[in-house]
Amino acid sequence: MTTTQTGPLNPSTSMSGAPLLSVQDLTVEFSTAAGVARALDGVSFEVSAGETLAILGESGSGKSTTAQAIMALLPKPAGAITGGKILYAGRDLAAEPASKVREVCGTEIAMIFQDPLSSLNPVFRVGAQVAEPFRRRRGMGRRDAWARALDLLKRVGIPDAETRINDYPHQFSGGQRQRIMIAMALALDPKVLIADEPTTALDVTVQKQVMNLLADLQAETGMAMVLISHDLGVVAEVAKRAAIMYAGRIVETGPIRDMYDHPAHPYTSGLLDSIPSQSSVGGRLKPIVGSPPNLLNLPSGCAFNPRCPFAIDRCRELAPTLRTPEGWSEGHQAACHLSEEMLAHV
Amino acid sequence: MSSAGTTPLLRVTNLKVAYPIRSSLLQRKIGENVAVDDVTFDINPGETVGLVGESGSGKSTVARAVIGLVKSDGGRIEFEGNDITRHSPRQLKPVRREMQMVFQDPYASLNPRLTVRDLIAEAWRVHSDVVPRDRWTAEVKELMERVGLNPDYSDRYPHQFSGGQRQRIGIARALALRPKLIICDEPVSALDVSVQAQVLNLLDDLQDDLGLAYLFISHDLSVVEHLCDRVLVLHHGVVAEEGSAREVFDHPRDDYTRALLAAVPVARPWLEPSS
Repeated sequence: MTTTQTGPLNPSTSMSGAPLLSVQDLTVEFSTAAGVARALDGVSFEVSAGETLAILGESGSGKSTTAQAIMALLPKPAGAITGGKILYAGRDLAAEPASKVREVCGTEIAMIFQDPLSSLNPVFRVGAQVAEPFRRRRGMGRRDAWARALDLLKRVGIPDAETRINDYPHQFSGGQRQRIMIAMALALDPKVLIADEPTTALDVTVQKQVMNLLADLQAETGMAMVLISHDLGVVAEVAKRAAIMYAGRIVETGPIRDMYDHPAHPYTSGLLDSIPSQSSVGGRLKPIVGSPPNLLNLPSGCAFNPRCPFAIDRCRELAPTLRTPEGWSEGHQAACHLSEEMLAHV
Repeated sequence: MSSAGTTPLLRVTNLKVAYPIRSSLLQRKIGENVAVDDVTFDINPGETVGLVGESGSGKSTVARAVIGLVKSDGGRIEFEGNDITRHSPRQLKPVRREMQMVFQDPYASLNPRLTVRDLIAEAWRVHSDVVPRDRWTAEVKELMERVGLNPDYSDRYPHQFSGGQRQRIGIARALALRPKLIICDEPVSALDVSVQAQVLNLLDDLQDDLGLAYLFISHDLSVVEHLCDRVLVLHHGVVAEEGSAREVFDHPRDDYTRALLAAVPVARPWLEPSS
């Protein structure tokens, strides 16, 4: 595998859109004092080079756990992968020890986090932190690594980068810090970028700039992107496909436009109805009743059934699996017994 | 009290708040950071006024000055026609009862060692004439029901509730003194979307039932558009634009407001005329 900055079609991995990263039936469990919580339950998805997949969900749905599992960052010893595969470049990362996974993750799979201030070391100059991957992974000298760091800071749009490279993290604004995090993540030309709530801590105007930057960089490098968010709106412009998670499972996945226009799971339609919009002004919102379930004490059958306005007896007895009934667009799947009725309603 | 029909509930005129910059050694004032300058607005009974802006725009400072948590450096704050700008804490006590606040983070704003009952009744210890002590338990249960909490849970502690439920506790606390104005500082920002809608509906219902006025502070423009009658857009501490929510959102006149609105993410960008 070469590490050049080639286009989206890197011959060894992504010919004809074959997935770059493929997560299959991933199960993660946390053992707590109160019992075992299954944070991820049979989660499967894949991303190809140049593609963006959005993973959406509320707090506790398992979206961040998914990222942690891929990056071997699950809190030890409480959390562990108990089933499934994480396939990347012919290897199963789920089966390899954390030290081996981190080698891959440092260079080929990179991650950016929600809070850029706590991810940067406050006592080192920004330049030294951005240069670190070059020195550590590529064995470059101080001077060369510093020059590469400067290039990166310019590329992610830090104004006056020549002087700012000597500043400390606290001297930057929130948006600029996130740009610095992006620079560090992109340092070694990763094939896959996992962004966990990259703009949640930022103001709307800055949020838009950072999302645009990510999209531009993706177009330039052809990397695959997994965008984790709780905000259905933020991802809609950037991602073509999305997976919606609830209580550790993917409940609906497909092309984002099909899902939003014709949601096939009552949770998806409930989320869309909860967002204040032009049509709700002055009136009442239509929230989902209740709150997300406790993973230690999931309801029987479909985990969403106590909050679901359409639940029938079958929903309380049998947990639905993801399926694509006839007539749906390709790749649009939902885990609901009543998806046909849902689609007929809209 | 003057005639309630004509005087606004809250009138803020030319408010200025500046934070001093002090020298490192002698702590002498060597300059000032103007957080809010020349902010003027009214809130009428039963009205919702939204205060929007990005972080650092001064929206929280306005709220803190109104409720007396920071001193203003200029301008006037009148509540029901009385100038409270220079009131001492003792003089402020009766006014504070009428003005309550709901905070952003329901995890940080509730004392973890108090039960819900104690949290809600806390204000009655200070303002002892509002509810007689023998009515406390009954009144707590009534308030819990009012905000959509199970009254049987009054002996539970905050950690036993979800984020949305904690925010309901915060709202019940604010309602305990039967205020006329509630200042909501980012009340739903920390909540999940599905729960956020429940809390917004609750605020809406309470306003209808109790005739409350809200000063609603948020960075989320879609929430403000949904809830507010009038809107002030703050930018670097000054009001960039003011008007009815309809005017501001449909026909923004100021460049900054336009930029702010253009950046708001929409769930279905393919339905927007521009794209």
